[in-house]
Amino acid sequence: METSVSQPINRVDGPLKVTGRALYTAEHPVPNVAHAVLIMSTIPKGRAASMDTSAAGKSPGVLRVFTPFNAPKLPPSPSGGSPTSRKLNLLQDDQILYSNQPIGLVLADTFENATRGAELVHIRYAPQPFNVVLDKDLNSAFTPEKAGAGGDPANSSRGDHQAGVAAAAAYSEHLYTTPIQTHNPMEPHATIAVWEGSKLTLYDATQGVFSDRQRVAQVLGIPPEDVRVISPYIGGGFGSKGPTWSHVVLAAVAARELNRPVKLVLTREQMFGAIGFRGRTHQTVGLGSSSQGNLTAIRHDTIDQTSSFDQFVEPCGLQARMLYPSPNAHTTHKLVRLDLGTPSFMRAPGECPGNYALECAMDELSYSLKLDPLALRLKNYAEEDPEKKRPWSSKSLRECYRAGAERFGWSKRNPAVRATPEGHYLVGQGMATACYPARRSESNAIATLRPDGTALVEAGTQDLGTGTYTIMTQIAADAIGLAPNQVTFRLGDTDFPKTPVSGGSQTAASTGSAVKMAGQALREKLIQLAVTDPASPLHGLGAGDVTIDGGNFVSAANPRKKESLAALMARHGQNEVSATADAKPGDEQDRYSMYAFGAQFAEVRVDMDLGEIQVSRMVGAFAAGRILNTKTARSQLMGGMVWGIGMALQENTMVDPRRGRVVNANLAEYHVPVNRDVPAIEVILVHEDDPYVSAVGAKGIGEIGNTGSAAAIVNAIYHATGKRVRDLPVTLDRLI
Amino acid sequence: MKPFTYLQATDVPSALRAISSSPDARFIGGGTNLVDLMKYGVEQPAHLIDIGKLPLANIEPLPGGGVRIGALARNSDIANHLLIREKAPLLAEAIVAGASPQLRNAATAGGNLMQRTRCYYFYDTGFTQCNKRIPGSGCAARDGLNRIHAILGTSDKCIATNPSDMSVALAAIGATVQVQGNSGPRSIPFADFHRLPGETPQIDTNLNKEELITAIDVPGFPFALNYCYLKVRDRRSYAFALVSVAAMIDVRAGKIHDVRFALGGVAPKPWRVPAAEQQVIGQEPGAEAYGNAADVALKGARTFPHNAFKLELARRSIIRALTTAAVKGERNGNVG
Repeated sequence: METSVSQPINRVDGPLKVTGRALYTAEHPVPNVAHAVLIMSTIPKGRAASMDTSAAGKSPGVLRVFTPFNAPKLPPSPSGGSPTSRKLNLLQDDQILYSNQPIGLVLADTFENATRGAELVHIRYAPQPFNVVLDKDLNSAFTPEKAGAGGDPANSSRGDHQAGVAAAAAYSEHLYTTPIQTHNPMEPHATIAVWEGSKLTLYDATQGVFSDRQRVAQVLGIPPEDVRVISPYIGGGFGSKGPTWSHVVLAAVAARELNRPVKLVLTREQMFGAIGFRGRTHQTVGLGSSSQGNLTAIRHDTIDQTSSFDQFVEPCGLQARMLYPSPNAHTTHKLVRLDLGTPSFMRAPGECPGNYALECAMDELSYSLKLDPLALRLKNYAEEDPEKKRPWSSKSLRECYRAGAERFGWSKRNPAVRATPEGHYLVGQGMATACYPARRSESNAIATLRPDGTALVEAGTQDLGTGTYTIMTQIAADAIGLAPNQVTFRLGDTDFPKTPVSGGSQTAASTGSAVKMAGQALREKLIQLAVTDPASPLHGLGAGDVTIDGGNFVSAANPRKKESLAALMARHGQNEVSATADAKPGDEQDRYSMYAFGAQFAEVRVDMDLGEIQVSRMVGAFAAGRILNTKTARSQLMGGMVWGIGMALQENTMVDPRRGRVVNANLAEYHVPVNRDVPAIEVILVHEDDPYVSAVGAKGIGEIGNTGSAAAIVNAIYHATGKRVRDLPVTLDRLI
Repeated sequence: MKPFTYLQATDVPSALRAISSSPDARFIGGGTNLVDLMKYGVEQPAHLIDIGKLPLANIEPLPGGGVRIGALARNSDIANHLLIREKAPLLAEAIVAGASPQLRNAATAGGNLMQRTRCYYFYDTGFTQCNKRIPGSGCAARDGLNRIHAILGTSDKCIATNPSDMSVALAAIGATVQVQGNSGPRSIPFADFHRLPGETPQIDTNLNKEELITAIDVPGFPFALNYCYLKVRDRRSYAFALVSVAAMIDVRAGKIHDVRFALGGVAPKPWRVPAAEQQVIGQEPGAEAYGNAADVALKGARTFPHNAFKLELARRSIIRALTTAAVKGERNGNVG
């Protein structure tokens, strides 16, 4: 019986968080911990010719100073081979490959003393020429092997582009660009490393305890079983805490050298460069269509930045392959090497900037055809995946368009641009399609009934602040037959069953399925115990004739025949009963194309003299399979939509081209939306049953919220002002 | 952060003695800017003299309709004070346009006048060129990212802006800064308090290092209620001004009888040009007159590659602010 799943119950970890009892990584009390502070490069390329540590070494409280000239040598560092295995900067040589690269580490008895020590290290640089500007070096672009971590090919070719263009009544191509964006979770990256003999315990702010363990063990050259990673609470990750970055390994190395636990917390400024960011994208989108609006050609050519020493692709062209059924669709991805850190996953990598460009191009096409932007989307509704020629496992986009448009009042919109003045303001409305793949990986879980009849359910997974604790509690409660307050869910520990990284919006579908299956297996075990126990009132019934509901075994035929789980457990000598599950995706991934879809609507008010832009209203309608908790889901989708405001109007990691260094590496100058920028946002959860996508029936919702939202806002700005800005962010100077 | 000694001053004379004892001593009030700069290594005082307990937080009426604001009055307390709301609502509006509630609860009036620029290259010691931080090292902003920088009053040495909102209102109102030194008190007209960079961008103000701000005197205006503080910025709160305008206007019998305005976000100091105000006295209020005033105020502006938009934005902002102030005047019914 499903009574808890989908209910908007409060976060089970809420009271711990608001009372400060939830321990984030840096807050774990570890006796005798030494504090580490990183020294970062200030030039983008060259060598650290020398590093004078004499003053730092004598500074009060300083225990050790590590530089490339004295740092412990590690085994030749493997490049990784998995998407979360980035090439690291571990003080193994004096090369400087980007500004804000770790080039030293100071250890002291307090954070303040370590910080002071780091300031006192005098570095003499041997600088070399560099380039940090993507647009300056487009000719050097090369084609990577794959477009993104999903293994999609870098290029795709459907039909004949020239024929599609020739058949088009209208074809236009435009360049869309998005800036470098930095994740900026509230909780900084942090690691505490504790060695006991050859065993390492890492408290780490990570989105993947198991991938973190694997990577740290690999780099240190020790068995993964010797590493335990603990990460019970995370204050946001957005992808930046997916890969294992240099500071994690450096903390472990320092603790081993010092023979003492070490805590390393990054400052906000240190979070701009060495822990990933969304790179700048340079996207050319061409759309051709018949005069009635049927697409005849799609072209989406992406050039991204990567670092000089590692490779990451922001796969912007993937949606152009599957969102609209043009017979001709061509996409390419290329990379340019820049002397900046390695870009990485950031909330909807590829889908977010790619969808922005594609959905703005669709908007432009709608105006040139004099078609309503929503009508153009409906005209090009893909009934199956046009690239893979597969059915969707489910698709409720039409209902999203309808529900969103109705709530927003889209039909009342004046189609003319710059035609809705209101005082000093020009009002405009725009929309866009949202889309994100439904991903799933193998995951495990264990469910244990305790002697008192309550359950403990465990899986290694992570809660980024999104509600994993809560939805897993709900899933387990329903699967076993308990109320949510009879279930304790624990996560964030490699001592628990193995789970995948919390990335790609896959945690609910992957680990949720494992939790459901473990809970069901436990329920079956318990029922078997009851019906074979002569002392039980259920004795002798068929296993199929007994259910568990609210902590009681109940006969289906005669609901008065029942017994509490605790009573059964008491007779069984207080023994715990456990069941495990290993939930794997099956061949459904080859038979169906699986995506969550949505429709985003935005209204803006642009000051006609001063160019200031206010987003005054947003509506997002999303269909993502079963929604496991309508409250946490709404919050997560709303958060994604707020990200769209930031992307459209504010976010911009600015790099000085002459000095190769980020100029706004702080939260005063790197703008994200504040309360006053965020209007009333309505989230509509469109009902969707998907029998194929996962055992829990859920698609991910972590990332779809910030696909389409930036495009809807930028399209609304065009509708308001008649000005089409294709380079984000749209700041007021672009509109005056 | 460089280690420093800390002294809690108990009265003004002892605070002045303490500040005079070392060239590396600094007063600390709310600390919202100084502590931040110390963490970044931009400021490295050896001694902090905490003036937080000095009896300088009063807000009281002055003879003649003005208000005296103690140097240690918190920004929030000033903005919410009935006297300020009545006598200088422009100042209240400017204060609440700045920073965040938490910062305004801690920041003092005197400290607001002393806050330093938010130029990227000043704030990040990873940049080696900044004449304000390291005299003679050069100005990275001139050929760097200068979208937020000044278009008026710059020099070859520095193009940084003053970040204060409160100071823009005080410049428009024509406040007076009361200071106390070892040799006695003196008054500094607001227009003379902040300096242009010239050859010495490292010196922000004309306050001597061994002087303490004790109060800010705000004169009363018969048209103080016909005001507007317009702040144009990249997000709707907690962002520094790209352009701001503090304006007050007195319209009588259909003509501009008196007007005051100053600009923020465009210059190394709050930018008030009395000639621009004089220019339009006697003219009919409206966009034409306000545009004329703007043209005079912005005369000599020099833009840089990323901030050329500020010139037109400033002109439009002046017109908008004066228009808004005049509308408020009409509503107030004091149109003579």
